[in-house]
Amino acid sequence: MPDVKTRVPAVDGWFSTGAAPALLGTRCTACGTYFFPSEHTFCRNPGCAGREFADVELSRRGRIWSFTDNRYQPPAPYVAPDPFVPYTIAAVELATEQLVVLGQMVAGVDTASLRAGQEVELVLGTLYEDDEHEYLVWKWQPVGDAG
Amino acid sequence: MADRDVVILGAGMHPWGKWGKNFVEYGLVAAQAALADAGVTWEDVDYISGADTIRNGYPGFIAGATFAQALGWKGNRVSSCYAACASGAHAIGIARAQILAGLCDVALVVGADTTPKGFFAPVGGERRDDPDWLRFHLLGATNPTYFALYARRRMEAFGATPNDFARVKVKNARHGLQNPNARYRKEVTVDEVLSSPIVADPLHLLEICATSDGAAALVLCSADYALRRGATGVVRIRAVSTVSPTFPNAVIEMPNFATDSGAAAAAPEKTFRDSIAAAAYDEAGIGPEDLSVAEVYDLSSALELDWYENIGLCKAGEAERLLRDGDTTIGGRIPVNPSGGLACFGEAIPAQAIAQVCELTWQIQGRAAGRQVEGARVGLSINQGLFGHGSSVIVSS
Repeated sequence: MPDVKTRVPAVDGWFSTGAAPALLGTRCTACGTYFFPSEHTFCRNPGCAGREFADVELSRRGRIWSFTDNRYQPPAPYVAPDPFVPYTIAAVELATEQLVVLGQMVAGVDTASLRAGQEVELVLGTLYEDDEHEYLVWKWQPVGDAG
Repeated sequence: MADRDVVILGAGMHPWGKWGKNFVEYGLVAAQAALADAGVTWEDVDYISGADTIRNGYPGFIAGATFAQALGWKGNRVSSCYAACASGAHAIGIARAQILAGLCDVALVVGADTTPKGFFAPVGGERRDDPDWLRFHLLGATNPTYFALYARRRMEAFGATPNDFARVKVKNARHGLQNPNARYRKEVTVDEVLSSPIVADPLHLLEICATSDGAAALVLCSADYALRRGATGVVRIRAVSTVSPTFPNAVIEMPNFATDSGAAAAAPEKTFRDSIAAAAYDEAGIGPEDLSVAEVYDLSSALELDWYENIGLCKAGEAERLLRDGDTTIGGRIPVNPSGGLACFGEAIPAQAIAQVCELTWQIQGRAAGRQVEGARVGLSINQGLFGHGSSVIVSS
């Protein structure tokens, strides 16, 4: 077994993995609507006939719209550690894109410490692991929290 | 009677519970009950409209034919439809359209389900292009996750409290005490609700609807047919709203990871849930002030409060006051969920929207023993199916 596991995204093409990770979406070149996950075929704005899309990184910071947690282990295909550790989920508003996107909060942030309107930043964290890999997913981290 | 009215000739249900039997049996019991209530037989039915279930194999995907075969093939026209939690209303909508088009006189609508224990999980298989599979895999976002996001939003935006949410459960538990079709018939106190485990903060176990087995059925007919039969005290369907959201939908909804972007198009004047009710009111030519009773989809205690506002009983942020004042309790100004709602039933997905209409029918006929809303004349049911299916039915005497 390798000492260091290979870090791989848990899903292809949904986020970048550099020093400043971001969600990857698309933007209609005709009307400017953003899409996450990416849309590549027809613009979903009924007032737009756009069929061309630019790949874009979404804003890395946003503000919490609402939040909750999972006190019990979700069913498969969620891959939970044993024993299960409860975690927090937030819905975050991105101002430029004018959309709300879900994500886990980083480990250790409980709901009592959160409020609507609070600023958060996107980071990468572990979703689950197997013997060789650490599977990554985007998570939200309160701004100003060294994490 | 207006040109676009169809008549509810009969309503029937199989009690909700965890019976462990095949869903077809429940559907048959409900269908036979509705036929008997209507005073017709299966021979009289021209059209059968099934609401599908996706957790019972192939027979569930083609529920209309499954029920037709079980009742005895007789060559009548058939349809099967799936619209998640809105399936029942969509099945009603299909049958109603057949009658209004003059293609048939009598239609039977049936929905039934057998459910697994615990959280709903996506149907089997690894499907990396299915948002419903991905939301569980990447986020562990169960249905209560979304209910809890809405509940917390009420707390953050309007100052709602866990006590308010618990009081919805207490009200509905009391309403359903004597409903013979309800699964849970037990009073609960605010303390009992708040001391049950938190599943998804701020929602407690007793505030999140269970998954149930159950079935509901309706016999619908044309106004002419009802007249020919000399049917009296009939209940009419005034509207069936099965609208989709309008782009850009700014509210995060199951099973999505994100809302639509409002960067290019202005958000619609009404939210999706508001628009479901608005389309129903528009079609019926009435408004919220005309309602005597409502059945709303309390997937969580807190969600019932959202619906008060969506159906226009009060302005945004005023639902808690309506509840506290007793307006939505039986005996109040506009009783909501006299059946006991999902709090007392648990959810049997394809049957639930039909069950809402059964309850409204019995309320208007004055047959809701132990939970009767006095003088009920006009009722509205409302609900929403994931992936964007509206569901609202307005009925009246």
